[in-house]
Amino acid sequence: MAHSDNSYPTISNVGLDGLLVTFAPSLSDDANRAALAFRAHIETLSWSEIQESASTLVSAFFRMDLVEHDPDAMKDKMAAELSAREWLDAPLPQGRRRWTIPATFETSAAPQLEEAAKLAGLDPHVAQKELCDHSLRVLTLGFAPGMPYSGYLPENWDIPRQSQLINVPAGALVVAVRQLIIFANPSPTGWRHVGQTAFQCFRPNTDTPVALRPGDEVRLTDVSKAELDRISATDLSGNGGADWELI
Amino acid sequence: MGLVVHQCGPALAIQDMGRFGHLATGMMRGGAADTKALHEGAALLDQSPDCAALEMVGTGGTFEATTDLCIALSGASMRTSLNGSPIVWNASHAMQAGDTLTIGPTLSGTYGYLHVSGGIDIDPIIASRAAHLTIGLGALVKPGDILPVGRLQDMANRCIPTDKRFEGGEVRIVPSAQTNRFPEHLRNRFEQTLFRRDPRANRQAIRLDFDSDGFSDPSGLSIVSEIVTPGDIQITGDGTPYILSIECQTTGGYPRIGTVIPSDFAKVVQTPAGHALRFRFISIAEARDIETRARADLQKIKTRITPLLRDPHEMKDLLSYNLISGAIAED
Repeated sequence: MAHSDNSYPTISNVGLDGLLVTFAPSLSDDANRAALAFRAHIETLSWSEIQESASTLVSAFFRMDLVEHDPDAMKDKMAAELSAREWLDAPLPQGRRRWTIPATFETSAAPQLEEAAKLAGLDPHVAQKELCDHSLRVLTLGFAPGMPYSGYLPENWDIPRQSQLINVPAGALVVAVRQLIIFANPSPTGWRHVGQTAFQCFRPNTDTPVALRPGDEVRLTDVSKAELDRISATDLSGNGGADWELI
Repeated sequence: MGLVVHQCGPALAIQDMGRFGHLATGMMRGGAADTKALHEGAALLDQSPDCAALEMVGTGGTFEATTDLCIALSGASMRTSLNGSPIVWNASHAMQAGDTLTIGPTLSGTYGYLHVSGGIDIDPIIASRAAHLTIGLGALVKPGDILPVGRLQDMANRCIPTDKRFEGGEVRIVPSAQTNRFPEHLRNRFEQTLFRRDPRANRQAIRLDFDSDGFSDPSGLSIVSEIVTPGDIQITGDGTPYILSIECQTTGGYPRIGTVIPSDFAKVVQTPAGHALRFRFISIAEARDIETRARADLQKIKTRITPLLRDPHEMKDLLSYNLISGAIAED
């Protein structure tokens, strides 16, 4: 997924709310890594002008008051950091976490696994194994608070969204375009429902409303539906039986 | 202790300035649609603009005071009475225990606000009392609810002049991340078009209605989802503009032709369905000047407060008022 477009990275204002740094014109793994690394780098500088920052699929956003701070001066300051190195080759930031999240792929909880597997050119059992064997990265959180877009699955998983929307429950695993999402809430989606977790993406009444962070790694581990039901019934943390370690 | 809700409209919710600092987790700030109205209500009651108020769309409700308290009304004006006698909007009023406040249909604008002394004192979630229904925070206000009052104080009978943000009109916008991807002729036509606020509008986005062709940027479909901000004007695939509001998602994949300046955002959200909106690009430098002046004005908002002069025609029982004692004391 390498690309060479020397008009990137770009820096632009988002209204008067901050600056957006975009590393590529289309989805790419190295641009996501660059966005994560650049955001982490700017955070270490603790600029007083920055109120908060976020990274999304191929860009990083720095919220700042562009009424008080001259946007051109801030763009120059940002450009100097951008030119300090080739961010597309930058290592991922430290302090990320590797999550292992239990998921079930039994048909009643994975109604479209077979269909998705067929589109990926795989037998359902092999598809399930591929979904569990690949360590995916949280590319960004969005759509709903704490909801991870993670990737990238192998090329054969570059399957399109379906035009017909389906309703999935909270914790549903859905796939499309080499990405995997754990749904935060019951919702209609055009992505295919291939499994189920008990992981709660958003826990507003706790000290840590969102457990995942962009850049974290996610690995699924196959459990029976009975085991997932047991976890759901006993889990108080919202992690749905997931563990994590620092990487 | 506070206001008991006896009956109410379908779209009442507690709001404050919202939740900042959570973009990285995918949470937009939410909060009151018209924060100018929060500042006006807070000035009337001489309290912090961070106090929570009741946001009302379409109509209000009937509220009974369980204790002596003070209220203020701001934002979209609504037909309002206290114990059956009409009271004025953009003003503060005293309520005694047992008094009934009735807030009826909206007269102009979209979002009306009922403030109470000390703010509505519910427990905060993630450092805010704002309802953000699409992400499961808070709930609509319903009959039987009690709105707890934070603090008792006497700031009644004060009023504040307001601006003309409730009937649509011209809205200033600045160039933003994708403005230059729209050809000049499309940007010009966007400025020349008289839009109407579509009835399809909520706290997430406001659809704009228009009679001409759409405003599609031919390269629009290739944008990778990125951070968006309230006030951004997205052009969807069929060429229709939507102005993103305070509960928009944190990211969006449609190109944005421009962003409404903060000073004109309240006008956008308050414009009633069917009313006209026209957009004008201004430079970032000009927008910064406008916003700097607007902030200075907001700092001085309390100097705009004046005593509420009561209209003798609206006084029900004129003889019960002692109208002349002040005049004698001055001599």
